[in-house]
Amino acid sequence: MSNGVLQIKAMSGHAGTVPGANTSRDYEVAKLIDVTTCIGCKACEVACLEWNGYPFRETQFDNTYQTMPDLAWNYYNLIRFDEHTTPEGTFQWLMRKDGCLHCAEPGCMMACPADGAIVQYANGIVDFNQENCIGCQYCVTGCPFNIPKFNAETKKVHKCTLCSDRVGAGLEPACVKACPTGCLHFGSKEDMLDLAEKRVDQLKEHTAHKNAGVYNPAGVGGTHVMYVLHDATNPEAYGGLPKDPKIPLLVRIWKGPLKWLGNFAMAGGVVAAFAHFMKFGPKKEHGGEEHADD
Amino acid sequence: MIERYSFHERICHWTTAAAYLYCLATGLAFYTPHLFWLAVILGGGPTSRQWHPLLGVVFVAAVIWMHALWSKDVAIGPSDKEWLAKSEAYVTNDDAHVPPQERFNGGQKVFYWAMFWGALALFCSGALMWFPEYVPAGLRWIRPVAILVHECAALVTIGAFIVHIYMGVFVVPGSTEAMVGGRVTKRWAMTHHKLWYDRILRANK
Repeated sequence: MSNGVLQIKAMSGHAGTVPGANTSRDYEVAKLIDVTTCIGCKACEVACLEWNGYPFRETQFDNTYQTMPDLAWNYYNLIRFDEHTTPEGTFQWLMRKDGCLHCAEPGCMMACPADGAIVQYANGIVDFNQENCIGCQYCVTGCPFNIPKFNAETKKVHKCTLCSDRVGAGLEPACVKACPTGCLHFGSKEDMLDLAEKRVDQLKEHTAHKNAGVYNPAGVGGTHVMYVLHDATNPEAYGGLPKDPKIPLLVRIWKGPLKWLGNFAMAGGVVAAFAHFMKFGPKKEHGGEEHADD
Repeated sequence: MIERYSFHERICHWTTAAAYLYCLATGLAFYTPHLFWLAVILGGGPTSRQWHPLLGVVFVAAVIWMHALWSKDVAIGPSDKEWLAKSEAYVTNDDAHVPPQERFNGGQKVFYWAMFWGALALFCSGALMWFPEYVPAGLRWIRPVAILVHECAALVTIGAFIVHIYMGVFVVPGSTEAMVGGRVTKRWAMTHHKLWYDRILRANK
């Protein structure tokens, strides 16, 4: 949205760099999640709650280190833990920060019928405007990643905003600010892709992760939240990240050809009825005596 | 004048009609952005979204009520097959070649069954769309299927609805009056529903 009009350049009496320094302010933004350096500390989960003003939910223990089984309407950001055995028999602990990927071609937006309930900013952020949301949950059906969550009490759907309010003021998202290992990066999409590729090269060169790669799926036009994975050939291992996500075919049929076919058929039906009336007119009564209308 | 629809039948018909019209208007609003203004004039998007399924339940309940009243009258019989074979004559107002009809003609029965099955399809798919959180994660593909079934069934009923309004208001004078006041002239009955008229005459003797 903003190119960082309110980006801080200098600050009085402040030790160290100013907030948001060195984050690129190009038009299209992106968050890069380097899964290989995540330690699963959940600082991002807490920062997300704090910035968005949500109380901490009750955690749910399911024999993993995961806070709860799934995202929730007031829990945009969840580290998914997976105990994974590689084909070579090595044990791996996979931790992936799950949340909205801010697709370039968002399935939620395609499915949504409410005027202005979902907006896509020019900087790539896909944001839900709850005041326009009608609570139909079509967005949940349209999303290939199963991200939007419904609040049954307010009948509104919520998901990660990529901290559009912070980004609009020239700051990085809250999760990125809180990350202690630097596995979360934020900047222009171009810079983040560049950084991701450098990290992948590094992994391939210096570690055993020869299948390392960037997750920026083309099926949804690329995303504005990307991952560096140790094994990009098996994204499903990371808490079910889809290998080739696409907007469901039925959703595309529903919002594409069926819409036009239906509109044409309805308008055609009314026109045909009018044409029929012009040609044939009303039916006349017959039989019985002419004046038997008693 | 003779009675065509009892007071009970007329109440049932107009309950169904009112619920259908509400669902139609709000449903069209969700169907295409160009008609979203319908939801706005009906109280706003969230209000329309909240009431659409509730009035849908009223519509389906009224259809079942109607079925209890009319299931005998709408069963397809020999006179309907003759009517359907001669439907071209009916459509072109060549009424001399239209076989005599029962209380409802073949076309009306086709309309009835389109609405009946359409209502059931709308109810089943609508329930899935109303409570999607109860659809297990492994069966997520059912959700777009339900939406698609809901829209196709709605389009079928809209097609039938256009014909129904056109016939009742424009093509067969006296029909709307019959559904409001309940009575038709003998001549009307003789013209459009000869078998039914003869049956009434015999019953009244």
